[in-house]
Amino acid sequence: MIINKSEIAGLLDNLVKEYRVYAPVQKDGIVTFEQINEGTQAKPGATSKKPPKEILFPQSEELFNYQVDSQGLRMEDKIDDTKSVAFGVRPCDAKSMMLLDNVFHNDEYEDVYYTTRRKNTLIISVGCNQPASTCFCTSVGSSPFDTDGSDVLLTDIGDSYLAEAITEQGKEFLCKLNLPASDDQAKTKAEETKKQAQLTSEVDTTGIKEKLDDMFDHPYWESLYEKCLGCGACTYLCPTCHCFDIADEAKDCAGCRVRNWDSCMFPLFTLHGSGHNPRTSGKERWRQRAMHKFNYFVERYNASACVGCGRCIKNCPVNLDIRQVIADIKAQDTGSEVS
Amino acid sequence: MQKLTKEIQDTAKKLLEENKVDLVVGFAKGSLPLRSTPYFARTAEQAEELVWNQFCENNLANYLKKREEKVAVVAKGCDIRAIVALIKENQINRDNLYIIGVTCQGMIDRNKADELVNGKEILETETNGEEIVLKGKDLEQKAKVEELLYDTCTRCAYGNPVIYDELIGEEQPAKEPNFEDIEKFEALSAEERAQYLAKEMEKCIRCYACRNACPMCYCDTCFVDESTPQWISKRANSAKDNLIFQGVRVFHQLGRCADCGACERACPMGINLSLLTRKGVKDVKETYGYEAGLNPDDKPVLSDFETDDPQPFLMKE
Ligand code: SF4
Ligand code: SF4
Ligand code: SF4
Ligand code: SF4
Repeated sequence: MIINKSEIAGLLDNLVKEYRVYAPVQKDGIVTFEQINEGTQAKPGATSKKPPKEILFPQSEELFNYQVDSQGLRMEDKIDDTKSVAFGVRPCDAKSMMLLDNVFHNDEYEDVYYTTRRKNTLIISVGCNQPASTCFCTSVGSSPFDTDGSDVLLTDIGDSYLAEAITEQGKEFLCKLNLPASDDQAKTKAEETKKQAQLTSEVDTTGIKEKLDDMFDHPYWESLYEKCLGCGACTYLCPTCHCFDIADEAKDCAGCRVRNWDSCMFPLFTLHGSGHNPRTSGKERWRQRAMHKFNYFVERYNASACVGCGRCIKNCPVNLDIRQVIADIKAQDTGSEVS
Repeated sequence: MQKLTKEIQDTAKKLLEENKVDLVVGFAKGSLPLRSTPYFARTAEQAEELVWNQFCENNLANYLKKREEKVAVVAKGCDIRAIVALIKENQINRDNLYIIGVTCQGMIDRNKADELVNGKEILETETNGEEIVLKGKDLEQKAKVEELLYDTCTRCAYGNPVIYDELIGEEQPAKEPNFEDIEKFEALSAEERAQYLAKEMEKCIRCYACRNACPMCYCDTCFVDESTPQWISKRANSAKDNLIFQGVRVFHQLGRCADCGACERACPMGINLSLLTRKGVKDVKETYGYEAGLNPDDKPVLSDFETDDPQPFLMKE
């Protein structure tokens, strides 16, 4: 199907009546994924500074409220089942949602807060005609027009988008919009567009999981973290990082349990109540970041917990580049090479 | 710049070869255009990776605290102000530090460059003295280096290092500190100021890059991380709590902040943090005639007391 670019704002205006709609919005020079009230606010095709994972897994979210009074204890769950649409998601960010699904809904555990939002949110992605120089999605199992995690994929073919339904929900959604069908010309144009989208950045990740299997005590970690400030820029802006911390905010007999993003780069992350900290320095913290993304996650879910979006590369205050980390890991001698 | 790079490399190599130091902290070429990256050279060979250019934006004083070994640092004016302040606070042992001072004309603000090219991606740059060319796909934009400098740099009066063991680069013309930005903000009504700050603080994601990039922020446990009592909410979506975080940080920096701008440069959300830090710098200067990190021999201003110190916060004078 075809959506004319000039009709996008009107289409979103209609969606806003029925759904909570999120889209990339430019404010003060920064693009963020936000709830919009009007179609003209949206800037489809822009990559947000903060990834849209927060639509499903907000940076701070109230899980439940509680109150104790003469009638006893009362609790109120804050499960959010509002029908939502995320419009203009990048394919890497959509892919990251699929990876997050593994964490929040698996054999052992279901996170009802996340899964309820996930079930009620349609993901409309826009493929990347011009990947940035920091994008390396094709090196980590994704691509500029990857359909994983999306319900609908839009391809920018000039004055319009070609819309493809990826899931059943996506199909139903598109049907409701009454869009004109795509002709052969548009389809050919979309194919060409997909083909010409070239990445300039590549890093070889083959065998990195096996390499890391033998690297827990490797001296490489001694030098990797040296310039790192131990901030949360890389983890908070990463679409696949998902660690969180629980805090109770209470006053007298009423309170609220809040879940906040946490970062493995903070010393507090593993600080025990006893005062003991098993990860005493940046060395153990960076090792954890690398291991979690390219070893533990691969072992558990058969995919790396990095989709190659490049946000951590662009936003690290000291220019610690994860592509270099991957290349360095690959180049280390672990003494058990078969080559 | 190439000449400075060569001189820095030669000095570093010599220091390492003669075992005068175990480590040289400086900058190496970054992986992105408009970036250099902090670098730790421990051998003469590694010293060849050192560079100097107008992308050396981080404050390297941050890496010098509580070091046991003998260290040399490649430091620009504001790094050295922080070093001086940290020596006074017993965080750096001057006897173990060799300062390779570099005179500084200012560092380039990558956000300003991005703004200038209006959403296009800069892939390469070429500097010819006063001019820089920003290049990319369908992009070749010339700009004056001066126009792309960080605001903290254009207002800085201390491009010439205040202490050093060796000085590299030509002496920079003397300048007066300039607080026009703060004066402008002070002239706004309380409501307008509150509004502006609320708008800035809404952007904060509590990544603490600002705090961690700051050479003068080194409390074992920052008050924001304490949980008993929990001084402020851990929620990032609370602009009020974000402002308390920055406000307390600024109070803790009074008379200590080196006005280096490292906090603002580190902020991934582009928050105007120097507005707050520089208000503190200006107030301390006006009240006590003191600027941090300029004189290795004086006492930190808030650790000192004179009977005739002005006390406008206690009573109206
Ligand atoms: S963003 Fe950079 S400095 Fe901050 S924790 Fe990540 S790697 Fe370290
Ligand atoms: S690790 Fe970096 S490049 Fe990979 S998904 Fe996270 S932010 Fe993107
Ligand atoms: S508060 Fe900011 S400007 Fe002041 S010393 Fe710290 S990093 Fe530099
Ligand atoms: S660096 Fe910026 S976003 Fe991060 S905590 Fe500081 S002010 Fe907030």
